[in-house]
Amino acid sequence: MSASLIGRPLPHESARLHVSGKAHYVDDLPQATGTLHAAPGLSTIARGRIRSMDLSAVRAYPGVRAVLTAADIPGDNNCGPILHDDPILADGEIRFYGQPVFVVAAETRDIARQAARLAKIDYETEPPILDMDAAIAAESWVLPPFSMQRGAVDAAFADAPHRLSGSAVLGGQEHFYLEGQISCAQPGDDGTLHVLCSTQHPTEMQQMVAHCLGWRAHRVSVECRRMGGAFGGKESQSAQWACLAALLAVNTGKPVKLRLDRDDDMVATGKRHPYRYQWESAFDDSGRLLGLKLEFAADCGHSADLSGPVNDRTICHVDNAYYLDALALKSLRCKTNRVSNTAFRGFGGPQGMFVIENVIDDIARHLGRDPLDIRRANFYDVEPGARSSTPYGMTVEDNVAPALVAELERDCAYAARRAAIADFNAGSPVLKRGIALTPVKFGISFNATHYNQAGALVHVYTDGSVLVSHGGTEMGQGLYTKVRQIVAHEFGLPFADVRLSSTDTRRVANTSATAASSGTDLNGKAAQAACANIKARLAAFVGELTNGTVAAADVQFADGRVQAPGFDEAFADLVMRAYRARIQLWDAGFYKTPKIHFDPVTKLGRPFFYFAYGAACSEVAIDTLTGESRVLRVDILHDAGRSINPALDIGQIEGGFVQGMGWLTSEELWWRPDGKLMSHAPSTYKIPTASDLPEVFNIRLYDNANVEDSIHRSKAVGEPPFMLALSVYQALRDAVAAALPPGQPLRLDAPATPEAILRALAGGES
Amino acid sequence: MSERPIQFYFRGAIQSVQGPAPTRTVLQYLREDLQQTGTKEGCAEGDCGACTVVIGELVGEPGAEELRLRAVNACIQFLPSLDGKALFTVEDLAAGEQLHPVQQALVDRHGSQCGFCTPGFAMSLFALYENQDHCPERDEIDHTLSGNLCRCTGYRPIVDAARDAYALPRRRLDRLPVIAALKTLADLPPLDYLGDGRRSHSPRTLAELAELREQLPNAGMVAGGTDVGLWVTKQGRDLGELILTGAVAELKRIQIGPGRLEIGAGATLTDAFAALTAFEPQWAELARRFASTPVKNAGTLGGNVANGSPIGDSMPALIALGARIVLQRGATTREMALEDFYLDYQKTALAPGEFVRALVLDAPAAGLQRHFRSYKVAKRLDQDISAVACGLAVHVDDEGCIRRARLAFGGMAATPKRAAAAEAALLGRPWDAAAVRRAMDALGSDFAPFTDVRASSAYRLSVAANLLQRFWLETSGAADAPVRLAALAPIAPEDQP
Repeated sequence: MSASLIGRPLPHESARLHVSGKAHYVDDLPQATGTLHAAPGLSTIARGRIRSMDLSAVRAYPGVRAVLTAADIPGDNNCGPILHDDPILADGEIRFYGQPVFVVAAETRDIARQAARLAKIDYETEPPILDMDAAIAAESWVLPPFSMQRGAVDAAFADAPHRLSGSAVLGGQEHFYLEGQISCAQPGDDGTLHVLCSTQHPTEMQQMVAHCLGWRAHRVSVECRRMGGAFGGKESQSAQWACLAALLAVNTGKPVKLRLDRDDDMVATGKRHPYRYQWESAFDDSGRLLGLKLEFAADCGHSADLSGPVNDRTICHVDNAYYLDALALKSLRCKTNRVSNTAFRGFGGPQGMFVIENVIDDIARHLGRDPLDIRRANFYDVEPGARSSTPYGMTVEDNVAPALVAELERDCAYAARRAAIADFNAGSPVLKRGIALTPVKFGISFNATHYNQAGALVHVYTDGSVLVSHGGTEMGQGLYTKVRQIVAHEFGLPFADVRLSSTDTRRVANTSATAASSGTDLNGKAAQAACANIKARLAAFVGELTNGTVAAADVQFADGRVQAPGFDEAFADLVMRAYRARIQLWDAGFYKTPKIHFDPVTKLGRPFFYFAYGAACSEVAIDTLTGESRVLRVDILHDAGRSINPALDIGQIEGGFVQGMGWLTSEELWWRPDGKLMSHAPSTYKIPTASDLPEVFNIRLYDNANVEDSIHRSKAVGEPPFMLALSVYQALRDAVAAALPPGQPLRLDAPATPEAILRALAGGES
Repeated sequence: MSERPIQFYFRGAIQSVQGPAPTRTVLQYLREDLQQTGTKEGCAEGDCGACTVVIGELVGEPGAEELRLRAVNACIQFLPSLDGKALFTVEDLAAGEQLHPVQQALVDRHGSQCGFCTPGFAMSLFALYENQDHCPERDEIDHTLSGNLCRCTGYRPIVDAARDAYALPRRRLDRLPVIAALKTLADLPPLDYLGDGRRSHSPRTLAELAELREQLPNAGMVAGGTDVGLWVTKQGRDLGELILTGAVAELKRIQIGPGRLEIGAGATLTDAFAALTAFEPQWAELARRFASTPVKNAGTLGGNVANGSPIGDSMPALIALGARIVLQRGATTREMALEDFYLDYQKTALAPGEFVRALVLDAPAAGLQRHFRSYKVAKRLDQDISAVACGLAVHVDDEGCIRRARLAFGGMAATPKRAAAAEAALLGRPWDAAAVRRAMDALGSDFAPFTDVRASSAYRLSVAANLLQRFWLETSGAADAPVRLAALAPIAPEDQP
């Protein structure tokens, strides 16, 4: 009997196509004759009104075939996924610098872009709100502030032996998916539209396109085979471009492709939310938190987009792995004249965990203790007990953080290295090293319960080959590979006998975004359910063939064969016989995550099916003359449950970590005083390169089967590792602290650019 | 007059492209004209590497020509720059179903996730693999990949794949047919054509270039195209008539004489920096961190200097070393100190009809000890534009007294600029802590830097001063511990579990 495909480190199912340039992304697909190319015209002020718009030169430019403005949208001028507050094209009002105002379709992309530059727009400018302080002062919100309290906070503070206050600022992050936003809308012959779209959420694209056209959903289909990266940036924010391509396609009757230029993409699409924080902590001599008052503000940009759920996830992650007894939280959802911020790996969770790690680090430095001791003192109980309830009312039942942290601490020789670093620092006035070990506990499931459902469609053809469709999208994370493994395992077939088709709203309806790390959990289970239906019919058929001597439960699918006591037949032969016997060889599967519920008003419930855990230890060095830093060594132990594919999971861990490291170090968004984003290209916005990969980078999976009945007892792994990079930021704080007088309060803004580090060394605030 | 097409070696044969717009990019040609979509567009500005292709050129003396293969960014290479060269893309790597070793190693190591950047990585690794027989060290890999961004993997599997490719059975490009084709192309007349209403000239000799430049003082000059390319792809500028200098062999010449180095303006940054590092070993770090490998392979030292950007990285170090710039108009040349070339923001001493011919450096004067360092401070180690760059040189006599000082900074003013007050604060003093302190304080009167996306004015000023401190610590022997991160000892293997 061959080994199961579950748990095998198979390469990404498209790896050979990737390396040979044969993998097709939307822009690579053969283009229909007559395809037009689109480019948007973007606003050049941050706030105001359009007094008049002269697009005659744009229209007159040779090769231009259509120019549309808000007035040309037959249906809803909205691409907001939850609230209707996000215009596809500016309708008189300008809300941020770079907002799409009109769109051009032309014979070539160059023509469209050149023509778009010829617009003459007269604006009446208004003073923009460009930061959170201004928004708070003006009480400018995309959603109302939310407060929650647990326990006797005032009493906890009154009785506490120690109290500290602190503040922090945390920058946003550009997704920098290598493939920019793209949609190609193709009119059908019967009043339909097919949209090839690089999106994490085909169903939402279908709905948005239908709404903007004033059509019903069944006239629009959306398809995505793969994306060149997404990271949350193509969850809701692919809609604007899909809608514009669709509007132009319907207007001209021609296929229209809209591929954003990189700079336009960075200016006109939302990013990770920047946050700022203020807190007061109360704690005992051991560093255990007795009370916490925390106010955090998020820069949501000009519209709500997904900011509600993003901020809710922050609320659900300010605890990280720590029990917070008495807690008062206030969440401000600031509306500013900036691009509308959106989903990005971790979805508000990183911003929650960032602040609690700072709270704890401050306590440690105040008490003169190793921050790891204070982290440990605040962990949730391992067995559900007095210290197991999260601020949102869920009991932590699967807590492996203490054990996992202890294992990593031992494996990476934390204590010895901390001592060695102290020695080094004593003899090194210019360079300082620092180390930090931080845990991650991340809740798995969409907070909004209804998103936690998935569908799949499995076809077994009469030659025994299998084709699978599901609602999940492939953005590089390996979802298609894992689902192939799951389906091949179910039928006992080789990997090559199962193929995945593109994700298409015509095959599986009403899908959820591939987001919240849930792709495999949801779609894997749905595909498994579809397989189970087919297998049950085949097993019953075997019962018929053996005149009832074989019970369905005894039929096994393995090694390309279907076997039972006294029965053994090749899978392909059996399905051909089943077909002739008029047995249905295809089926749909459906899955909904059990046990979960969440009240969006009170923010209480059990939003998460389970938690994924991890920990990282990072060692860094800083140059106190320039503020430059390097990450020298990283050790990671991460809980992916019982991994379906360890190679893919380690890839998610490494990639997520490095992406998080970029967020906290070199990736800085910078706006001109008039609201124009100046870090709008890779020349000015610096994601990590190969040389930023730590010299020593040890990654290991933590052996820990999921206690919940997840797909093969695995755990979601897309987002949680991102937050392991908080160890880098904390290690940088440790290095800065080594250069400051003992006990001096430390304020290090994130991202910890050289400038931020030098500022922290000078003891200053931004 | 019938004009000859652009001709180059591609997919095993000489290809001809008749009269394209001179600013049509190699990437547009591949993707839009040929539907060869393996090469991707990630940024269209030469900063992400998704479009990386490999260019083959003949180098060496007639009769002993060799094929030189280098990775460049197709997104900012104009199509006429391909004339006479060979082009290789990701589609060229595999032999049928048999992947190239760099491709196979990427698969085996799980080096692709979304896969969009992967063809570019494969091409950068292919160039390394073809150019180097031994398995590369980590820093060689990092340098090779300095122009390739990956947002998914975190690079570890790609770095591993770079090494693993060498463990697979060796495969080499069959160079002979390429060399034969390029020799044939070398016999063609210079490329000079009208495309899309714009004339493009690609002279072959210095004399032709000089004559054209005099006749066409307003024509756009394109050397490596790593900056000019963006004027087209990002700003949509009409460059009008173009003179491409890339085919002028004399302009690429690097002459190393006793105590003297002359670098032709058309020498690529890769070649120029190799010569500069040999001439002055302290160039090594700048050579490593300047831009990316594909940009250095296409861009030229003359282009970097001639653009006169306040943030060009090579100029501060060149100025500190006392480099002179050679300008030519017609048959006449003139020389000036490089610092005198820069008049104001993006304004140089270049006269109409004149072009940058070369840069000249002399060895330090005898009798004085020269301390020289070049530093670059940016948000990222590789391929980042400096917040502050500097070239710092002091010449100390036998008494330990500073006799000459050249402290040049980029990112601090509208042009690359010497810090006159800081230099004055050093002259005649011993190279000691007090002198450095005076120079650091004086910098405040030398510069009032700007605040922009890279750094604030205050940061630039304090870091510029601190770099003087670092310079002193490094060259005076005053420090007994490392004073910059690059000098940190690597983490010992025994530290690894």
